[in-house]
Amino acid sequence: MSHHFDVLVIGGGVAGLSVAWRAARRGSRVAVADPDPGSGASHAAAGMLAPVSEVTYTEEPLLRLGLASLARWPAFAAELTEDGGLDLDYRAEGTLDVAFGSDDLTALDELAAFVDKLGLPAERLTGRECRRLEPMLAPSVRGGLLAGGDSWVDPRRVVKALLTALQRRGGALVRSRVAGLTADASERITGVRLASGETIGADLTVLAMGAWSGDLDGLPPEAVPPVRPVKGQIMRLHSPAPILGRCVRGVVHGSSVYLVPRGDGELVVGATQEEMGFDTRVTAGGLWELLRDARELVPGVTELQVRDVVAGLRPGTPDNLPLVGPSAVAGLSLATGHHRGGVLLAPLTADLLLQPPSGEVDELRTICSPLRFQEHR
Amino acid sequence: MIQDTLTDAGDDLVLGGEKFSSRLIMGTGGAPSLEVLEQALVASGTELTTVAMRRLDPAARGSVLDVLRGRGIKVLPNTAGCFTAGEAVLTARLAREALETNWVKLEVISDERTLLPDPIETFDAAERLVADGFVVLPYIGDDPALARRLEQAGCAAVMPLGAPIGSGLGIRNPHNIELIVEASGVPVILDAGIGTASDAALAMELGCDAVLLATAVTRARRPDLMAGAMRQAVVAGRMARAAGRIPRRRYAEASSPMTP
Repeated sequence: MSHHFDVLVIGGGVAGLSVAWRAARRGSRVAVADPDPGSGASHAAAGMLAPVSEVTYTEEPLLRLGLASLARWPAFAAELTEDGGLDLDYRAEGTLDVAFGSDDLTALDELAAFVDKLGLPAERLTGRECRRLEPMLAPSVRGGLLAGGDSWVDPRRVVKALLTALQRRGGALVRSRVAGLTADASERITGVRLASGETIGADLTVLAMGAWSGDLDGLPPEAVPPVRPVKGQIMRLHSPAPILGRCVRGVVHGSSVYLVPRGDGELVVGATQEEMGFDTRVTAGGLWELLRDARELVPGVTELQVRDVVAGLRPGTPDNLPLVGPSAVAGLSLATGHHRGGVLLAPLTADLLLQPPSGEVDELRTICSPLRFQEHR
Repeated sequence: MIQDTLTDAGDDLVLGGEKFSSRLIMGTGGAPSLEVLEQALVASGTELTTVAMRRLDPAARGSVLDVLRGRGIKVLPNTAGCFTAGEAVLTARLAREALETNWVKLEVISDERTLLPDPIETFDAAERLVADGFVVLPYIGDDPALARRLEQAGCAAVMPLGAPIGSGLGIRNPHNIELIVEASGVPVILDAGIGTASDAALAMELGCDAVLLATAVTRARRPDLMAGAMRQAVVAGRMARAAGRIPRRRYAEASSPMTP
């Protein structure tokens, strides 16, 4: 194995692997270092590509990123399916946001008005119209908002495909823990030191360690990304036949839940948002809240088999926007801080790091720049 | 300026033996991001902010607690989400250990639909926490009798609701709030139900010593702007209370001479 690369990515989640694969496709010599790729937030994530149905006040910049990345997903998925030799269960039938009680309906109307004002494509439906689309919804669903452009994908398949695609394109996968960064006399980052003591050199090192991105040894203080772990508990149910045709998000008496169907009968129910530090314990209360709300929306979920329960750690940032681009130190770029949107933002993340300057991409680069937090230091 | 007169006269809120120049206490729930929350807290001018301790690791880096510490805002841990006195007492003790404060906003709810406080569990927990040396600020219904009993039990303030948490319905029973204010020897903090600035001003006009709110700001289209509005509303209501409102009349009374 060569010990010098053009691009070395630390962290083999969806974000890091996407950057690495895209770089390898462009002909760069690429390596990814991760002892257990795809085992972090990418393993837990539901894979909703739903910028429209998830938009909230104050988050228009995040919406811009989401829409830009959603537009990249069809080509990204097609090329990844080809390179990775694996169906990603990528689907584009939209997300249906439904309201349960009268207060939830008021909140939905407010969301519909906001979405409309932003000029986004979405259709306000009655409860009956929702149930024509999704017959398994509870009769008490009062109304919905169909974001027809929203999509979804299976993140575990995406990781698998990315690993294959990366290696097919000549990229290297180093299944080792990175112990720290290495730097030269001018304090330029020159690569990494592995736990084994071995070093790997690179022209550009990309930090993509998700919630753990702030904890790498050797990170100069000015380059430490302001990420924190935001715990999410999520469960995977299974039925012989799919019980939903599209993603359903709902607010049940003020509490949010989503259900994401897969072609093989899997139904993902998520997710809690907890500020618990590096805690990945699955709790009774977390699962109960998910099931309580899921059952209100789709009573039939109680009959499904529980396949998997897991707690993942999202890399949260103070403004919920990702940290993508050159860091404060030479030789080191970041691809982290994607919070709830790592899968959605993966194609854009790769473009922001790899594409030459251009109007649209540069504007989005400014939004994601890790340097935006420098003034606060 | 009258505002300065009030300030010069030492118009501080005295709570649990500490002085606060702001009479707006904030909650943190519902903010879309920590940055938006921080901007709102700064705009609100608050010096005391309550944080739910269930499902929060006080040691975690970059949490809401770091935001508060960074801005010099005193943290008031609360027991939101507890259904029994036992849970609330346990949560308060864990918070005291983790945050090194013996203050607690006591909140014991009776059901998830209304989030209304359970008076019996709240009283039970208050007695135990006072005995344990806590500065107890209990969230209660707008019940003058319960407010009096909690004061007698040694609570540092009483916090009657205007309306259910997050409802934005304003103050549904201003008469009861006035009765609580009249009888209370400890600060009365209007907690929950505030929807917009006029609700906060009304609370102060009714004689409350402070207002606690969260959702009205965090879920507003522009949280920072609403926070600034609340800050001014609390001051305006306080000034109006001090100034004294005119009596309500059935018919007009000319303010300038009508006849030559």
